[in-house]
Amino acid sequence: MDLISILRIALQALARNKMRSILTMLGIIIGVGAVIATVGVGQGAQQQVQDNIASLGTNLVYVSSGSVNRGGLRLGSGATKTLTYDDMKAILQESPAVASAAPGSSAAAQVVFDNDNWYTRVNGTEPQFFDIRSWQMASGASFTAGDVRTSADVAVLGETVRRNLFGSADPVGETVRIGNLPFQVVGVLTAKGQSGMGADQDDAIYVPITTLQKKITGQPWLQYIVVSAVSQAASYAAQDQITALLRDRHRIHPGQEDDFQVRNLADVAQLADQSSRIMTLLLASIAGVSLIVGGIGIMNIMLVSVTERTREIGIRIAVGAQEDDVLKQFLSEAVVMSLIGGAIGILFGVAASLGISNVLRWPISISRVAVAAAVVFSTMVGIFFGYYPARKAAKLDPIEALRFE
Amino acid sequence: MATLVQSELVARGVIEAEALIRVEELHKYYNLGETRVHALRGVNLEIAPGEFVAVMGASGSGKSTFMNLLGCLDTPSSGHYLLEGVDVAQLAKSELATIRNRKLGFVFQGFNLLARTTALENVELPTLYAHLPKEERAERARRALEMVGLGGRMEHLPSQLSGGQQQRVAIARALVNHPSILLADEPTGNLDSRTSVEIMQIFQDLNDRGLTVILVTHEPDIAHYAKRTVVFHDGKICRDEPVVNRPRAAEVLRTLPSLAD
Repeated sequence: MDLISILRIALQALARNKMRSILTMLGIIIGVGAVIATVGVGQGAQQQVQDNIASLGTNLVYVSSGSVNRGGLRLGSGATKTLTYDDMKAILQESPAVASAAPGSSAAAQVVFDNDNWYTRVNGTEPQFFDIRSWQMASGASFTAGDVRTSADVAVLGETVRRNLFGSADPVGETVRIGNLPFQVVGVLTAKGQSGMGADQDDAIYVPITTLQKKITGQPWLQYIVVSAVSQAASYAAQDQITALLRDRHRIHPGQEDDFQVRNLADVAQLADQSSRIMTLLLASIAGVSLIVGGIGIMNIMLVSVTERTREIGIRIAVGAQEDDVLKQFLSEAVVMSLIGGAIGILFGVAASLGISNVLRWPISISRVAVAAAVVFSTMVGIFFGYYPARKAAKLDPIEALRFE
Repeated sequence: MATLVQSELVARGVIEAEALIRVEELHKYYNLGETRVHALRGVNLEIAPGEFVAVMGASGSGKSTFMNLLGCLDTPSSGHYLLEGVDVAQLAKSELATIRNRKLGFVFQGFNLLARTTALENVELPTLYAHLPKEERAERARRALEMVGLGGRMEHLPSQLSGGQQQRVAIARALVNHPSILLADEPTGNLDSRTSVEIMQIFQDLNDRGLTVILVTHEPDIAHYAKRTVVFHDGKICRDEPVVNRPRAAEVLRTLPSLAD
C-alpha cells in the first residue's frame, strides 16, 4: 500500500473515535508543549543571565592590589601600595591580548548638595573606564582626557547618588561638594541595579583619577586596574600575560606570592551560563517524562483498539492483507496520533512560552532545535509505543479473529 | 506414495494438472492441552474448474476446518493441498496471503463488512492489498457492485443496507480481484428464504460464467442449487455425488411470493 492510502486509512480510523483520539493525543500535546515551554523559558532565562553578565563585561579582567605578607602577617587585599599608573601603561603596551585599560582608586566621602547630603564612594578613573564597562550616560557626558590631565573638579554621578541629592531634577551643570571641594556635575550614569554580589552599583561618584589622587586621597597608588581583553576568549590569555608582567615589574621571585590579584569575569559568565543551562536541561527532562507517559497512553489505547477491531483485522487478513500491511496500518495510526499531538503541542508550547515570557518580561527564545526534537521525539514515541499493539494485530489468527464477537 | 509422486510431478510441471483443487490425505488436528482433536482424518477430493460444489455435514463434521484449509486461512497438519498445481500446504504465511488475495474470494455467514465504511470502500478492500493503482481500484469495485445489482448503493454504509444487500456487497468484494474460486461459508445462514434464493441465483450466474464456487451449508435446500454435494462425517468425506434435478434459482424466485416491504 502506498503512504497516502495508509495515512488516509489511519486518519479515517482515528476520526471514527474522535473523543478517544483527542484524549490520547492530549498526553503527547502536554508532553511536547511542556518540553517546548520549559526549554523556551529556560533559554530565555539563560539569555537574560548572559545579557546581565555581558553588562558586567565578559571580556573584563580585573586587576586589584593584593595582600602582602609582612613577617607572617598577611594584611589582606588592597593592603599593598605597589599597583601604579605605570603598571597600567605597561599592561597596555606589553600584553597583546589587552584592548584597553583604565586605572581606579576610591575613597569614601560625604557628598553635599544644598540641604541634602549622601555618603558614598568616590572613584577616580579615566574616561575609557565607562567604555570598558559599557556603561552609558543617562544625561550629560563623561569627563574627558583633558579633565584628567588638568585634574579638573568634575564628577559623574551614579543614579542612586543623583536620586538622593537631586530627587527628580537633572543635576548636570550643578555643583556638588565632595568633602570641602566643589565639583561640577557633568554626567549621570544610567541605572544598572544591583551587581551579582548584591551591591548597589549606582551608589558611586566618578571623578578624574588625578583629581582623586591629588585632592582627595593624596596617594599615588592605584587600587585596581580594569582591563578589557580583545575578546572573551582572549581574557584568559590577558590574565596570564598581566600576571607574568606584574610579577616581573614588582620583582616577585618564583615561589613568592603575588602582591596583586587578577580576576577574570569570563569564569563568572561561564558558571552562570552553565548553571542556567543545567536548570533548563533538568526542566526539559522532567517535561520529557510526561512525553513518555503520553506515549504509554497511546500504547494503551492502541491495544484497546486492536482488541475492539479484531474482526476488522480478521477481514483484512482474509481478503489478503499481509502481516506487514496490518502492522503498517496500526503503526501509522499511532504515529499519526503522536505527530498531530506533537504539532498541537508545539503550538501550545510556543503560546505558553510567549505567555510566560510576557509575564516575567524575559526575552522570548523558542528554540528551533527544541521544536525539531519534539517532532522527532513524538514520532519516535508513536513508533515505539505503537509497535507492540501493531505487531499484536498483525500476528492475529484470521480464523479466530473472524469468529471474534 | 503414488499420490506424492504425482504431486511432485505436477509441481515440476511434468504433467499438467487438470484439477483446480486437488486434496490428498488431508489431516488436521488441534492440540488442546492434553487432548488432541482430530478435525480431518484423511480427506481426498478433486475439484475441476467450473464446478459448483456444496460441502455439507453436521457441526463438528470437519467441514468448516476443511473450508479454512481450502481458503488458505489455515495449514494442514499433514497431507497435500494443490491449488492450480501448487502445493499450498508448504507455503509461507505471506504467500498464503497473496493467494487469498488473488485466487480466492470469501463470502461469510455474517457478511463481515467493515462497519462505518461505504459499500464501495468495502469492495475496494482486496484491491488495496493487490497494490492496484487508485483509479483501477475504484473502477473494479464499481463494476463488481454493478454485477451484484448494487450499482445505485455504492455510497451506502452497511448499516443502511438490508441483509441480502450486505451479502451482495460481500460477494462483490469476493469478486473484485477476479479470483478463480469463490468460497462461501454458510452465506445464507443469516438470510430469509427468498433472499437466500436471490444469493443462490447470483452464485449460479457466476458459476455459469465459469467461476468455480464452493459453498458450505447445512441446508439441503440450498445445497441443491449446486452441481455436486460433498458430505462430511467425522472428519472424512462420506458421500460425494452430483445433484440431480438441480433447480434454477431464477425460476424458483418467480414462483416465490415477493416480500413487498
